[in-house]
Amino acid sequence: MASALINVPKKAKFGDVIEIKTLISHIMETGFRHSTTGVPIPRDIITSFVCTYNNEEIFRAVLYPAIAANPFFIFTTIATESGTIEFTWQGDNGFLATASATITVE
Amino acid sequence: MTASRIDRRAFSGSTLAAAAAAVFPMPALGAGSSSRVVVIGGGFAGTSCARELKKIDPNIAVTLVETNRIFTALPMSNSVVAGLRKIGGQQFEYRAITAAGIDVAFAAVKAVDPQTRQVALVDEKSLSYDRLVLAPGIDLRWDAIPGYDRAAAEKMPHAWNDGAQVDLLRRQLTEMPDGSTVVMSVPVAPARCPPAPYERASLIAHYLKTAKPRSKLIVLDAKENFSMQRLFQNAWKELYTGLLEWVPLSSGGQVVSVDVASKTIKTDFDSYRANVANIIPPQRAGGVTALAGVADRTGWCPIDPITFESKQQANIHVIGDAAIAGALPKSASTANSAGKLCAAAIVQLLAGGKPRARELASACYSLLAPGYAISITAKYRPVDDQFIEIEGSGEISPLEAPQSRREEEAKLADDWFTQITGEVFG
Repeated sequence: MASALINVPKKAKFGDVIEIKTLISHIMETGFRHSTTGVPIPRDIITSFVCTYNNEEIFRAVLYPAIAANPFFIFTTIATESGTIEFTWQGDNGFLATASATITVE
Repeated sequence: MTASRIDRRAFSGSTLAAAAAAVFPMPALGAGSSSRVVVIGGGFAGTSCARELKKIDPNIAVTLVETNRIFTALPMSNSVVAGLRKIGGQQFEYRAITAAGIDVAFAAVKAVDPQTRQVALVDEKSLSYDRLVLAPGIDLRWDAIPGYDRAAAEKMPHAWNDGAQVDLLRRQLTEMPDGSTVVMSVPVAPARCPPAPYERASLIAHYLKTAKPRSKLIVLDAKENFSMQRLFQNAWKELYTGLLEWVPLSSGGQVVSVDVASKTIKTDFDSYRANVANIIPPQRAGGVTALAGVADRTGWCPIDPITFESKQQANIHVIGDAAIAGALPKSASTANSAGKLCAAAIVQLLAGGKPRARELASACYSLLAPGYAISITAKYRPVDDQFIEIEGSGEISPLEAPQSRREEEAKLADDWFTQITGEVFG
């Protein structure tokens, strides 16, 4: 499985706006390139990224070939309750990667 | 889009002229019979250019403006960091340059006025020129990494732009106990000498291996790929397994802030406590290029690849690390060649001629351990307003090679340094 990096605050006060960062290693091959011998290089990209907070979806992105290698997302949400924040990346050739973090909301 | 660029340029030109009017209250004195060229910056590029000008045409009055009386050469300075060389071996005076009939002015530049063609120095002197050459090297961007400013560099040295900083990093490594963590940060391109951070990482790892083997070096890199990468990585595996950890951009290597008090280096995903931190910040062309209005929004100076004349100001040429010219790498070797080509072009321009496109060669050696060096060489030529690498001209050390080859290259690296410093400063 590809390596994913996530950064979620361990603790937050109720109602705080928290910043979440994710970075995943992925080639993001566009499908538009050719090898030196002229053979097309097949597309291999991540097509979707979803983040859930205690099973409720809070962020989703659809990715296209124009997105560069190693997609990096920064987004925010409001700390509402303690629990788990989960991340899922899916893509071509059955690509699947997941990560999760726990947060304590006081 | 084109129109708005012209507007912006016209605007900055007029503000510069207004600022210059205050600095130059007196009109310039009449020109003498010979042409005057002022070269700002006495490093490999500027000094080579000044000497070549005088060599081709002794009638040209050449003034070299430099702030430091002693020049510290940065090629091989990573060996000083690792204790393999002394800083004294990196330092050179300007005696030979004065002896060659060049007027050397040790002063900082206060202002440049491209309209009246004058350079104002902080010592109140003013120099008139027919052609101005800027070779100021790089400036470190103190605004790029939150927490990393000039004061921070006294605790977390960059060791990237002067001898005192190289010495400081050396001292910190010597004084730290065994079992320490050394953290190094590598900036985005373009930056001075692309393979140098990796040479430094190798030589610091060598120092740890021989003097402090329970210590560790973590290299946080804002890039994914680098020059001679496979050669470096093979050598790291062979020589420094367990001592050197390279964290590329895709593994969260980009440094986002530092805290001097706790010697902490933060990335987007982690934070590292260091005993010794070597922060190499992002860079831009030396400050005088902004005074002269030749740096663009990237912080670097676009030039014509045949004459090295600025694309933003007439009669001002930019050479060395400050220039941006397609594939040309920012190395001492390139600076030396560019200095000479620029001098030849200036002599032709002053005589009313039209310089023609010429090739430029670059060589770069990296020492990975004592008696173990690798190299990359290439030739470049102007095509469509840019330098491009001539296909098939480049040579890079082989991935698989006997130790004797690496030893030979280490010797060649020493010879190269002796040769280039001898040519430029001897």
